[in-house]
Amino acid sequence: MDEEKKPEGVAAPETEQPKSEPPASPVEATAPAEATPAEPEKPASAVTPEKAAKPAAAAKPAAEPGAEKPAAKPAPKKEPTEMEAEPWAGPLVDSLKARFGDKIQQFATYREQAFLIADTAAVIPILDFLKLEEDFDYLVDITAVDYPKKEKRFEVVWILYSFAKNVRIRVKAVVGEGEKPVTACTVHKAADWLEREVFDMFGIEFEGHPNMTRILLPEDWKGYPLRKEYSIIQQDQDWVRENLQIESGQ
Amino acid sequence: MATHTTFLDTNELVLNMGPQHPSTHGVLRVILKLDGERVLGTECVIGYLHRGVEKIAENRTYQQFAPYVDRMDYVAAVSNGLGYCLAAEVLGGIEVPERAQCVRVILTELNRIASHLLWLGTHALDIGAMTPVFYCFREREEVLKIFEKYCGARLTTHSFRIGGLQYETYDNFEKDCHTFCDWFEKKVDEYEELLTTNRIWVGRTKGVGILDAEACKAYGVTGPVLRAAGVEWDLRKAQPYCGYEKYDFDIPTCENGDTYDRYLVRMAEFRQSARIIRQAVDSLPSGPIKGKVSKVFKPPIGEAYVSIEAPKGELGYYIVSDGSVQPYRLRVRPPSFVNLQALDEMCRGALIADVVAIIGTIDIVLGEVDR
Repeated sequence: MDEEKKPEGVAAPETEQPKSEPPASPVEATAPAEATPAEPEKPASAVTPEKAAKPAAAAKPAAEPGAEKPAAKPAPKKEPTEMEAEPWAGPLVDSLKARFGDKIQQFATYREQAFLIADTAAVIPILDFLKLEEDFDYLVDITAVDYPKKEKRFEVVWILYSFAKNVRIRVKAVVGEGEKPVTACTVHKAADWLEREVFDMFGIEFEGHPNMTRILLPEDWKGYPLRKEYSIIQQDQDWVRENLQIESGQ
Repeated sequence: MATHTTFLDTNELVLNMGPQHPSTHGVLRVILKLDGERVLGTECVIGYLHRGVEKIAENRTYQQFAPYVDRMDYVAAVSNGLGYCLAAEVLGGIEVPERAQCVRVILTELNRIASHLLWLGTHALDIGAMTPVFYCFREREEVLKIFEKYCGARLTTHSFRIGGLQYETYDNFEKDCHTFCDWFEKKVDEYEELLTTNRIWVGRTKGVGILDAEACKAYGVTGPVLRAAGVEWDLRKAQPYCGYEKYDFDIPTCENGDTYDRYLVRMAEFRQSARIIRQAVDSLPSGPIKGKVSKVFKPPIGEAYVSIEAPKGELGYYIVSDGSVQPYRLRVRPPSFVNLQALDEMCRGALIADVVAIIGTIDIVLGEVDR
């Protein structure tokens, strides 16, 4: 919501800063929000506007802050270089911590939306635990984000909702090129197509998926369009030539 | 196994329905595995309308991308735009003025009526009831006229902007809405007279394509399909946005989760939408229609998932911002795509003719399935 007027050139998406990893050093936080003392409770949801924003530096997550990321660059004040996530605590966090310990690196909220970052191998047990013990019985979405400059380039996101609690949370895991997260089909049937779409767009394969094939693009298409290096006008020339009998689909 | 076949053999038959088929409402191909007339299983082949909307989003500014979302679910373009604007506003921490919120509710509910009307007309047509489609399009025309008067466009309206609205309402907007609601509720009675107790209609829809609450949750199915299975869940009530908590309305539900119940739920939603529109028009506050948004909209680094109750179910936008003018990643959680996944479960054991009814009853728009 910054107010500066000069239109900056369209920032190439690759100039991305490390983000959403462990909340790193409190260098960045300057946002002049009203500082509520760290009494975070379970955030209700996306749209419940009851909690005021709290500055990120106020508190580190009570959990393990994880490795110290090299804080991108000493940020010019006011322009945070990381997501100003706040710690997330509450009964749900406690029970997850008790069960999974350091397999979950971070519990945080941003814009009153809760998320956690976990080991890729622990995601399915977490989804299972959340479904059976904590009523998160609705898998809303699975998607991924590509950060090509990071050591492990993908961040896979599972969005969950609990009808009983009316709470939405996100489970995130960092996945490297060629790594295969385990399918969630065994826990939520909805995962089937959603994982196929992630595979289709990013090339992330899910271990144990019953039908790990492309879903939106043609089966024999080459390339994964939502990877950052895939240009907006790029296409599978050979496929277009062969199947559409034209030189270019553009 | 058997190498020689006679006409008495009962072999399984694989049959393609679509990609061009009148009842698939777009380009959807369903591969049916049949035993005689019984469906043993189905597989959907989708992607014919894939345009890479999520990729386009990464290459446009937030404002530039807004018109694109209208092209996903093009029969409910207003809902798409609302979801997108809300997500961007949450991400950017923008307050929307009351008047804008109220107008948003009115237009979104009008669009819900238009979307359900298109569903009802074509669904009934698929099953063989010719008349409703003419009625439905007649009424839908009135909704589209209001849109046209409001913003000049009828289908892909792009009526909302990040932060509020682009246009003030026109002079007789309130009156038009009231006139429409009064007139329309009588029309709903007409549809019900035609169908609700119609023996053919009941015969073709009752007990067809049952999806119970458990299965709905497992498949992530939302919207009228979920409510017809008895789950009283509507995002407008569960997690109100745009001031929906101020309006008095009910969440219609049924119990059996079959095609007939989904019909009843949507018919009841017509009335509820009209009820909301009346209240919103009566309480339309005066004031500005757009919040403070800088011309160069740059939300801070962060991410947000915001979803709304679109006519077809939960429509969500997950936006990741890297602090630039373009979304770093934008994911659309389309209700049609997720709901269509349950088609196989609903079709097993049904007759071929029922598949037509079941595709209709899920209420999909292929533009949204394929994006």
